[in-house]
Amino acid sequence: MILHTLFFYLFSVVTIASALMVISSRNPVHSVLFLILAFFNAAGLFLLLGAEFLAMILVVVYVGAVAVLFLFVVMMLDVDFVELRQGFLQYLPVGGLIGVVLLAELLIVLGGWAFAPTVGSAPVAPIPAISEMTNTAAIGQLLYTRYIFFFQAAGFVLLVAMIGAIVLTLRHKPGVKRQNIAAQVARRATVEIRHVEPGQGL
Amino acid sequence: MDGFVGTYLIPGVIMVAQSLLLLVLLLVFIAYLLYADRKVWAAVQMRRGPNVVGPWGLFQSFADLLKFVLKEPIVPSGSNKGIFLLAPVVTATLAFAAWAVIPFDAGWVISNINVGILYIFAISSLGVYGIIMAGWASNSKYPFLAALRSAAQMVSYEVSIGFVIVTVLLCVGSLNLSDIVVAQETGLGTRLGLVPSLLDWHWLPLLPMFVVFFVSALAETNRPPFDLVEAESELVAGFMSEYSATPYLLFMLGEYVSIVLMCALGSILFLGGWLPPVSIAPFTWIPGIVWFVLKLSLLFFMFAMVKAFVPRYRYDQLMRLGWKVFLPLSLASVFVVAAVLQYMGWAP
Repeated sequence: MILHTLFFYLFSVVTIASALMVISSRNPVHSVLFLILAFFNAAGLFLLLGAEFLAMILVVVYVGAVAVLFLFVVMMLDVDFVELRQGFLQYLPVGGLIGVVLLAELLIVLGGWAFAPTVGSAPVAPIPAISEMTNTAAIGQLLYTRYIFFFQAAGFVLLVAMIGAIVLTLRHKPGVKRQNIAAQVARRATVEIRHVEPGQGL
Repeated sequence: MDGFVGTYLIPGVIMVAQSLLLLVLLLVFIAYLLYADRKVWAAVQMRRGPNVVGPWGLFQSFADLLKFVLKEPIVPSGSNKGIFLLAPVVTATLAFAAWAVIPFDAGWVISNINVGILYIFAISSLGVYGIIMAGWASNSKYPFLAALRSAAQMVSYEVSIGFVIVTVLLCVGSLNLSDIVVAQETGLGTRLGLVPSLLDWHWLPLLPMFVVFFVSALAETNRPPFDLVEAESELVAGFMSEYSATPYLLFMLGEYVSIVLMCALGSILFLGGWLPPVSIAPFTWIPGIVWFVLKLSLLFFMFAMVKAFVPRYRYDQLMRLGWKVFLPLSLASVFVVAAVLQYMGWAP
């Protein structure tokens, strides 16, 4: 148990410290790198909870894909730091309000556990014991049976969003030379002699 | 205090010792794979390859190591020093970290976790950070271009590797790497009434996926013909242009460690890991780790041969292959394999 507690505090402290560095660091690329560190340590916390599937998926999806795209965009942007800092006081009330609302909601969720302990033990679907089933199998069984429609609907929404993004950004430029692989593969070796005018080409 | 020693100290010391042993053996193995890589490449081009240091050049890799370590590391003045030096460390560490879950023989694994394959997938998807960080922190044109290329390339091919892994998992029903190997003890061959043999392994029923996996692994590890990340004819040395001495050594080491990791993964997923090719007397006497290393070396030989005789892809061809050929193919195969398993009643 000592080791467990030790690792819990290690992961938590690093998560919070790197989350602070995300918003306070001067260089946006450093911010993204600290965000990645925060994700990584959050995955460590999941592991301590025994949720190994969620931990790995967090790393694969957030660190391996989402944060790469963040980093990509931030590296390409030409960010003016002075300009970025200017609106700080102007946006402080709105940002502060959102922060307070989030904090209050978190307190209500966690507080609910304290004054109504039965709420946590009566979830909609029963959680199988970890000795019966690995949590990968448990999540799969729940997602693909009980919540299949929500799961499929979420996937559908993402698909529509993806198609929408492609439709918005796709431009067909006329006169661009493209490689037609099928035509190249289907071409047979033929030798012929042609008269080519100078400067004309084939 | 007695409980502390029994529960934490002794297992901890054993685990550290195992990890160190694995690390040292892996490094020596990779030194000789590097030598083999250069020899194969030289043989294809009718050269001799490294043949000066030691008998037949056998100590060439160690001489290279000494050379890199003793050189002066140069950090460009315009670079972002912290990230510049962090990038090679990240690359090498991540490459080694993935080996913790690889089973070399029945039970020969440092950490036999339930989600082994997901762990490897997660760690190998982090490999792109070393390259992006190096490219950005160098504060130079060619490394930055190479970093952008590599980010797109590695993210693209990870998708198809993910689907290939899903098809294998459908046949196994477990994310544990040892279970994946054990599941290949029975298969197509034993259904026909033969002794357990290489016909049972996943390469035969999932042959198209094996090909997709192999090519995607080449792209994922930036091996030729997909080495656009360090295309020396266009980008000097890609993201490594500004690196020298030990930081460069760490990059090269990380690259080879992840190549060998991909070979190991290929032999576990498709070639039956530590299982002998035929389960009859002379083959079953040989320990499983020998078979594992042989399969791994066979895949590495294929990696080396591809490097020797396939010309480099153009960037648009690379993207086309990843998104328009491999992604639909692997996605379709997930459906086909799932449907076949379901209707034949073979699903685990």
